[in-house]
Amino acid sequence: MKTLALHILDIAQNSITAKAKNIFIDIEEDTRENRYVIRVTDDGSGMPEETLRRVTDPYYTSRTTRKVGMGIPLLKQHAEMAGGYVSISSEEGKGTRVEAVFEHGHVDRQATGDIAGVIVLLIGGNPEIRFRYVHRYNGNDFSLDTREVKEILEGVPVNDPEVLKYLREMIRENLSGIGAL
Amino acid sequence: MTKIKSLADLKKKKEDLQSKIALREKSDTPEGRVLVKVAMATCGIASGSKEVMEYMVDELDKRNIDAIVTQTGCMGYCYAEPTIEVKLPDQEPVVYGYVDTRKADEIIEKYIRNQELVDGIIPVNYQTIEKDKEE
Repeated sequence: MKTLALHILDIAQNSITAKAKNIFIDIEEDTRENRYVIRVTDDGSGMPEETLRRVTDPYYTSRTTRKVGMGIPLLKQHAEMAGGYVSISSEEGKGTRVEAVFEHGHVDRQATGDIAGVIVLLIGGNPEIRFRYVHRYNGNDFSLDTREVKEILEGVPVNDPEVLKYLREMIRENLSGIGAL
Repeated sequence: MTKIKSLADLKKKKEDLQSKIALREKSDTPEGRVLVKVAMATCGIASGSKEVMEYMVDELDKRNIDAIVTQTGCMGYCYAEPTIEVKLPDQEPVVYGYVDTRKADEIIEKYIRNQELVDGIIPVNYQTIEKDKEE
């Protein structure tokens, strides 16, 4: 994973696999507090405590197609490299929350990357899931909720290529408006 | 300074899109559409599947090929990521490995447009690692 946006794409795939209907992606950047926080919250199936204890182990995976699961371990490594940590809480039947904290100004903190592209990819690939994306930067914020988008579109599919292209540009412009790009 | 795009502007675009979509639905049934699945697990993402999926969505639309592009998990071909599965109407799905945007272009032009097989197919294999996860 070269960027934080790709980590978000990866972590959100776990939520999708857990059959989440709502996925909330929050990014909080605070340069004054030197904090960069990523939070992915879902209402998927959640995990029992036993599984939760093993998710940071690269030799644990829920898949049968391969024997390793690098998603969470890589995120943890990258967070710790940048003076931060990953914390995960989960409740069976309720959902899971993954939080990764970084030092904003740490030299080893990965760049945000193409977060607009990632959000749009998640929306396009999973039109039935509601995504809410909130990005805060030093007190300014931008948010996008696919529930609102769908209301506006009135039946035009949210994964129509033109809609996706528009959303991508909209996110980019707004992020640069709040100073996050 | 130009105005920042907002959802209100999307509303204005909606009517345009509605007529375009109505036109498309008349000409095609869902079964008649090309289905592309991009493997989007950790292994795929780390190898560039995001760029491949974006390319597929944009280019199929640009080239007027009516297709649905979605995501799937890891198919066990981590060594060959990014992988994509392409299903043409009334045909068995085919999985391609080591797909970058150049390969994707070749797949669109040769396989999707002309049903010509392209190098890089991963042979069908029904085996997975041992099933010790019986619950």
